[in-house]
Amino acid sequence: MEKAASETMLSCKDLSIQRGRQLALAGVSASLKPGQITAIVGPNGAGKSTLLMGLAGLLAPTAGSVSLGDENMAAMPTGERAKRLGYLPQAAEIAWDVAVENLVALGRMPHRDRRSEPVEAAIKVMDIGALRSRPASRLSGGEKSRTLLARVLAGEPHWILADEPLAALDLGHQITLVEHLKACAAQGVGVVIVLHDLAMAMNHADNVLVLREGRLVANGPPATALSQEVIANGWGVDAVWLGNTGRQALVANGRD
Amino acid sequence: MNRASLIFAALLVVLVPLSLLAGRVWIDPATTSNAALILMELRLPRAVLAIVIGAGLGAAGAAMQGYLRNPLADPGLFGIAPMAALGAVASFWIGAAWAVPAFALSGAALGMIMLALIAGRTPSGAGGGIALFTLAGLMIASLAGALTAFAITMAPSAFAMSQIVMWLNGALTDRSWAEVWIAAPLTLAGIAVLFVAARSLDALTLGEDAARSLGINPSRLLWLLVIGVGLTVGSGVAVAGIIGFVGLIVPHLVRPLTDRLPSSLLLPSALAGACLVLAADSAVRVLPFVTELRLGIALSLIGAPFFLWLLLRMRGGRL
Repeated sequence: MEKAASETMLSCKDLSIQRGRQLALAGVSASLKPGQITAIVGPNGAGKSTLLMGLAGLLAPTAGSVSLGDENMAAMPTGERAKRLGYLPQAAEIAWDVAVENLVALGRMPHRDRRSEPVEAAIKVMDIGALRSRPASRLSGGEKSRTLLARVLAGEPHWILADEPLAALDLGHQITLVEHLKACAAQGVGVVIVLHDLAMAMNHADNVLVLREGRLVANGPPATALSQEVIANGWGVDAVWLGNTGRQALVANGRD
Repeated sequence: MNRASLIFAALLVVLVPLSLLAGRVWIDPATTSNAALILMELRLPRAVLAIVIGAGLGAAGAAMQGYLRNPLADPGLFGIAPMAALGAVASFWIGAAWAVPAFALSGAALGMIMLALIAGRTPSGAGGGIALFTLAGLMIASLAGALTAFAITMAPSAFAMSQIVMWLNGALTDRSWAEVWIAAPLTLAGIAVLFVAARSLDALTLGEDAARSLGINPSRLLWLLVIGVGLTVGSGVAVAGIIGFVGLIVPHLVRPLTDRLPSSLLLPSALAGACLVLAADSAVRVLPFVTELRLGIALSLIGAPFFLWLLLRMRGGRL
């Protein structure tokens, strides 16, 4: 992983995004710091994936703007954006029965090179060395997720934006992945992940954005952004946090 | 050049002399009278045309399958060639037979645009997306077919009608260097355009959002496909009518010999398409029928069962 990747912030200002007939995101403003893990959480349909794609420069703002440092994302050349922002979509789509190492190598595309070191490093980190020549159709859900994340890492992006990267992973690989994302953040890479597991966000994120119906309802360190009140308002669930800081579990008592 | 390209290039080197000698009359260069004339003016242009058209259809099929992420995509089956034929028939109809190539190219490009617009509105990947999309392609094909049939029934004379029908069946009979000079440059240009799109097609393996995040410009890619497929399929249809299923069969033959990325498939598919059409055209010449079996019919007789076999394999999840 590239060291001291970037000192620039990834931010959005009054960002609204229309998808179809629906306003999926309404006036969201936030500044994300490099070197941190930012979790985007919220109930189903809150606009989490829309915000992530907007930040990745893949959805054009209906109003407002996204910027990387002082550069407006909408004006940034596609190739430049692709080098700096790595995006992992939620759907683990692999159309052809391509072998793992060739899939990971697709991550070098923005750089227009076929350097093997970053590809090998990503394969090692995601623990898929034993699968390198296995075709996609013979991968389990978790193996597929790790392969696709390795594809993002192979591009050595300054920012990693991943939509529910933990969804298909077993507990062991969830922890490994989070540890790895933390290591990336420690080297200056900005990490933005959409999460469903609030305990994961509470225990591992540096910063949490809570969305509800397309609006930002909380933004801050997990202890304040994921307080009992926010969860009650956002999810309509009466829940309490148990355990010590960094190792907390969420217990739901029922719907409000 | 990858392994698959070498295999099919070698096969082509073997096939070319065989196809020149094979026919209703087998040529022995030492004894046949007028051998040089028959070879240069009849057999050679026909062989070159078979190679050109086959290469174009093979490359177009591989590129379409990559772009649509659909292993059942084929220029003929999905309406590109029928749209080209409709364009060509329209040019006959308005009495502008000299404009057949231009009309056929425009028809093919229009078909590809229609397909791409539908593709943009359906979910990609396995499952419902492929089924919906395949049906949409078949509908474009049958719409073009119906309009073509309408044009035939309204044809100004019985002679024109039979001309159109014979032409539609697809054949390389009685073709000369004139057809080669029309089809070859256009097809080569089309294949070159598809090569420009190759690496972007690889990115599309991961889905459109991931491809865009890798820096792929979807509208540029669409236009490369529209132009590339329009040129290869349109020029083929313009000189030889509809020759179906080559674009479907060939990428499937080639795929297991490659790393399965769309970019690795283009060159070997072009070479294998050339081999297939050249071999099939030689076979229809040799088969002992009263009149020569039309090439388009022969390939459909092979292609349709192949398509069914593919469907059964897909149902078994082995594609």
